[in-house]
Amino acid sequence: MCLGIPGKITEITDINHKLAIVDVGGVKRQVNIACIVNEQHPPEACIGDWVLVHVGFAMNRINEQQAKETLKLLQELATIQAEISNA
Amino acid sequence: MKYVDEFREPEKAEALRGEIANLSQQLEKPIKIMEVCGGHTHAIFKYGIEEILPANIELIHGPGCPVCIMPRGRLDDAIAISQNPNVILATFGDTMRVPGSKTSLLQARATGADIRMVYSPLDSLQIAKNHPDKQIVFFALGFETTAPSTALTILQAAAENINNFSMFCNHVLVIPALQALLDNPDLQLDGFVGPGHVSMVIGTDPYEFIAQQYHKPIVVSGFEPLDILQSIWMLLQQLVEHRCEVENQYNRLVEKTGNQVAIAAINQVFAVRESFEWRGLNEIPNSGLKIRPEYAQFDAENKFTIPNLKVADHKACQCGEILKGVLKPWQCKVFGTACTPETPIGTCMVSSEGACAAYYKYGRFSTTLPNKIVEQSKVTISS
Repeated sequence: MCLGIPGKITEITDINHKLAIVDVGGVKRQVNIACIVNEQHPPEACIGDWVLVHVGFAMNRINEQQAKETLKLLQELATIQAEISNA
Repeated sequence: MKYVDEFREPEKAEALRGEIANLSQQLEKPIKIMEVCGGHTHAIFKYGIEEILPANIELIHGPGCPVCIMPRGRLDDAIAISQNPNVILATFGDTMRVPGSKTSLLQARATGADIRMVYSPLDSLQIAKNHPDKQIVFFALGFETTAPSTALTILQAAAENINNFSMFCNHVLVIPALQALLDNPDLQLDGFVGPGHVSMVIGTDPYEFIAQQYHKPIVVSGFEPLDILQSIWMLLQQLVEHRCEVENQYNRLVEKTGNQVAIAAINQVFAVRESFEWRGLNEIPNSGLKIRPEYAQFDAENKFTIPNLKVADHKACQCGEILKGVLKPWQCKVFGTACTPETPIGTCMVSSEGACAAYYKYGRFSTTLPNKIVEQSKVTISS
């Protein structure tokens, strides 16, 4: 129940109720984006954002930089392991 | 999909497996790590993670599945509400087959109750708008991940003045449950894989007491196979170096202080109950949420007569011991015989996030090697 799925916000459908269309792997669904908007990041700025969707609500933006840094660390680990096993 | 496939790459998993094997040799004793969240339990079985871990690392499957910990009495209460001919009860699909003391919601529906499965609590608000002559009750449950969405649904109902909508609130809190586990002398745990999506809401700060007061490490983890392997690797590093810290593997979604909008919505609508009953863990102080008096018109416990009975678990069911990690599912007397996903006796067999359902579905159990899984030896990390 506590799982979520990543999707991309493609359209704002109701700015007052903070509703948007999110594309999840080609399936489009209306979700509530109240948890991810604030004065610095109003609804209209959310288009193109990748978010985690849980029970019809976008719960957080996916931080691309943090994801890339984690993957870079894991890639370095894989490279080191490959070197060890080839040595 | 964004950052799903990238966290399933086999060569990186192999590198992590090697690192975990190296670190495990430096452990002074066999260790037990609890993954608190049912979502992690499901992923661990789906990707065969448990079977590629060294023999001196044991995973204990914790009580973090909101369906599994729902006491039978609360289920009976939900069914009692649904028996009112004027009521449409709406809930998430996970709850439909959970056994109450006599029937499940699915069985209650088969005998005439109007019970509907919804994807989002907002869908139940739409049902209320479509049926102004009925009372719509949303059977709300879940940890802090789900609580903001139900809180925001009540706020929307208030804003739109929807009078035929209420909520039967059964939300629970992860921190008091962790405290209860840490205080349980039966459970000797060496560290925790912390829940990813609960932490997305509450942040990592609330776990500091685990490191500081109980001197156990915890790593908040994502749900892809590399996320879980990396979290176990990070925990092992802490244990080998005799560190006890709160670390965050899932930093692409989890921040130290959580999501302030979500926390504010929870605090505005809900108050903490003095005590709440958990299946298998009994009453835990300050572990549940109730609707604040300001929103009493949306509180089903205020609107309907509810039996509110305490109902003991089925005698044959050992979900309690399994939720505490004291027993493995296959050690339960009725596992796989009287209790299967088609005819569950206990909740752990109902939800896909339950430990019994995961063991049953993926066929990974052994009566000869209680500590390790033998039926499948090859890890499958591909999506």
